[in-house]
Amino acid sequence: MLTTRRHALDLDDFSVREIEDVLNNAEAMREILGRDIRKTPALRGKTIITAFHEPSTRTRVSFEQAGKILSADVINVSGSGSSVEKGESLYNTALTLQAMNADVIVIRHPHAGAPHFLARHLRASIVNAGDGGHAHPTQALLDLYTMRRRFGRVEGLRVAIVGDVLYSRVARSDLWGLTAMGASVVLCAPPTLLPVDMVNGYRGAPGHPFASVEVETNVERALDGADVVMPLRLQVERQRAGHLPTLREYSRAYGINARRLALAKPNALVMHPGPMNEGVEIDPEVAHGPQSAIEEQVTNGVAVRMALLYGLTTPAREEA
Amino acid sequence: MGRIFITGGRIVDPSLGMDGVGDLVIQDGRIEAVERGVALPDGAQVIDASGMVVCPGFIDLHCHLREPGFEYKETIATGTAAAARGGFTTVCAMPNTNPVMDTRAAVEFVLERARVGGVVRVLPIGAVTKGSGGAELAEMAELADAGVVGFSDDGHPVADANVMRQALAYASGLGLPIINHCEVSELSAGGVMNEGWVSNRLGLRGIPAAAEEIMVARDIALAETTGGRLHIAHASAAATVELARRAKDRGLDVTCEATPHHLTLTDEAVMGGPGAGPFGPLPEAAYDTNAKVAPPLRAREDVAAMAAGLRDGAVDFVATDHAPHGRTEKLCTFDEAANGISVLETALGSLMSLVHAGGLPLPTLVERLTTAPARFLGMELGALRPGSPADVTIFDPEAEWVVDPAAFASKGKNTPLAGTTLKGRVTATLFGGEIVYDGMTGAERLQGKIRTEYAGLVGELP
Repeated sequence: MLTTRRHALDLDDFSVREIEDVLNNAEAMREILGRDIRKTPALRGKTIITAFHEPSTRTRVSFEQAGKILSADVINVSGSGSSVEKGESLYNTALTLQAMNADVIVIRHPHAGAPHFLARHLRASIVNAGDGGHAHPTQALLDLYTMRRRFGRVEGLRVAIVGDVLYSRVARSDLWGLTAMGASVVLCAPPTLLPVDMVNGYRGAPGHPFASVEVETNVERALDGADVVMPLRLQVERQRAGHLPTLREYSRAYGINARRLALAKPNALVMHPGPMNEGVEIDPEVAHGPQSAIEEQVTNGVAVRMALLYGLTTPAREEA
Repeated sequence: MGRIFITGGRIVDPSLGMDGVGDLVIQDGRIEAVERGVALPDGAQVIDASGMVVCPGFIDLHCHLREPGFEYKETIATGTAAAARGGFTTVCAMPNTNPVMDTRAAVEFVLERARVGGVVRVLPIGAVTKGSGGAELAEMAELADAGVVGFSDDGHPVADANVMRQALAYASGLGLPIINHCEVSELSAGGVMNEGWVSNRLGLRGIPAAAEEIMVARDIALAETTGGRLHIAHASAAATVELARRAKDRGLDVTCEATPHHLTLTDEAVMGGPGAGPFGPLPEAAYDTNAKVAPPLRAREDVAAMAAGLRDGAVDFVATDHAPHGRTEKLCTFDEAANGISVLETALGSLMSLVHAGGLPLPTLVERLTTAPARFLGMELGALRPGSPADVTIFDPEAEWVVDPAAFASKGKNTPLAGTTLKGRVTATLFGGEIVYDGMTGAERLQGKIRTEYAGLVGELP
């Protein structure tokens, strides 16, 4: 049970037990999603504000739907069209949100650490829906859930994360979740899109949680024997910033196509945090092929967010 | 002005090769005598400094007083009051004011404000280029005539190698140094902290140490080409220390300064304190904007190299880079926050951690804060020699205190040290023979044992 948790800023402070609780509750939430009348009064009277300071459809709608199915009042405050566009600081936005007495604030922000800033200054529970290049914990939870639903476990799975690791908040949160749950992770990217400390061996320090993570610049080797293949979105800005010669070359060297997918295990799952650049990091044939779990990830996202919102807003309970 | 008799303290003056218990007599604003067992002069004010260190007033070659233009961050009055509290009797004011100090009028304004409202000595530093825009040289000879002690576009590196070359050459004719903020923008653009495992852990854009190393290497080459005086501002990277060491070995006129924070804090400070250790969950205090500074706090190896350099002289002296900011400039996300730390009032406490850890002899630290910067300035400062101005700092090397920015004299409350305990604190500061800071009777009193042991530190003997 999420007995004492107030915020969900990243998975770095989630115990295995807590992650398992969320995944178990998500299973119950998925059952609700399958009913004719998809409504449960669990969060009646609770207010959830989604404050998205960055364009997003999938994640914002997912939180909104999760809150509404649980009968919470969900208020959307997006960056564009709000006072944020008029240059209001995050601190003043925060004070306004405080005055609305929200129980939960779901924040998406282009700057890493924005959720920590709100957590320091507000009474509400803060849920990080993606902050800069730092973390995206609910995406990682839904990834874990999707893997567990398919394989019955996460432990022992070989997960290949391919692409823009340097800037990816999804990869960072996935690393915490996957290593905690006992998966083996291989990160694969051109050296220009890998964080320097992933390359220069700092992970060898005693106690480093990512000591077992493999780093590989060759995609064929990375995919060899993988249970899960997860290409990351590659943004065209990376080409302009000089990380890559062209998207075309990236696609040729790292794009996940059917030929490469065949190097993974026969029943390997293809996942993607979205939105996809089909034809760049992933071939449309693979994205929409039989091994793709990408659509299921979206459904699972709602279930996992319901479980998390429920856990954060339900009063502390004694351990059974 | 009368006589002041400072008795029983450990007098440390590297310029005189002095380190031992003794007495100091001040008469009419100048040092009259410094020796052991001086007879108490008639009618003198007595300061019992037993258990304390008595040394020349500290000299800070690099601080931001923000006036004119940014008086909400700091003024010359508040900045020099903060200096006095920190034991500094001379501070050099950087020219990134508004307007930039690139004209005689701007320099004279600062000198006038310092004369009227300043608590300690203010020496202005002029801009290298007009408006610190990096394109055309400022009127350096005019600025030198107005009283600047060096030139810097601090905050902005002199990016153009030819401008830097011309500046070094031109200033060499005036006998003055170019103080460069060394950082190549191609590598630093978009970065907000040191590049390393911490930046990766936090998902923040990093600035590699090589950004500094490259420009330091360039500037040393240009110093050799021109024969000019190069001074490397706020060194942060291990490679910089090594480059400075080699340049000195080759006899070049290259000096290098380090700030208390780059000597004692690592980039892990951005994680909001030790928390659960480097691999534990981030505390809510993570993304501490008060630890955002340019150049960024570096890795452990860099900090160790800086401290080693300060000990062996590759780093010539300590400078604070005191950079006060208003509240809102730090009350925001890390990406949005302004660079800079309010340093003057915590400098000694931070630096004493190097002494207490056993890596730095106390007289060496005093040398790096007094004799060495005085030599750089070419002024009769930083010494307790009879006849010198009576700029004296008295500090208790063992006093423990908790940093409370609300109690700062500086308007800048921006420090990552808030709430931490430092060991070593300034007790009193004398500038030109006047007590400009008295830790015993000031609004902010020393804590616990210091107060009881040294109550009545300043006063007439019966």
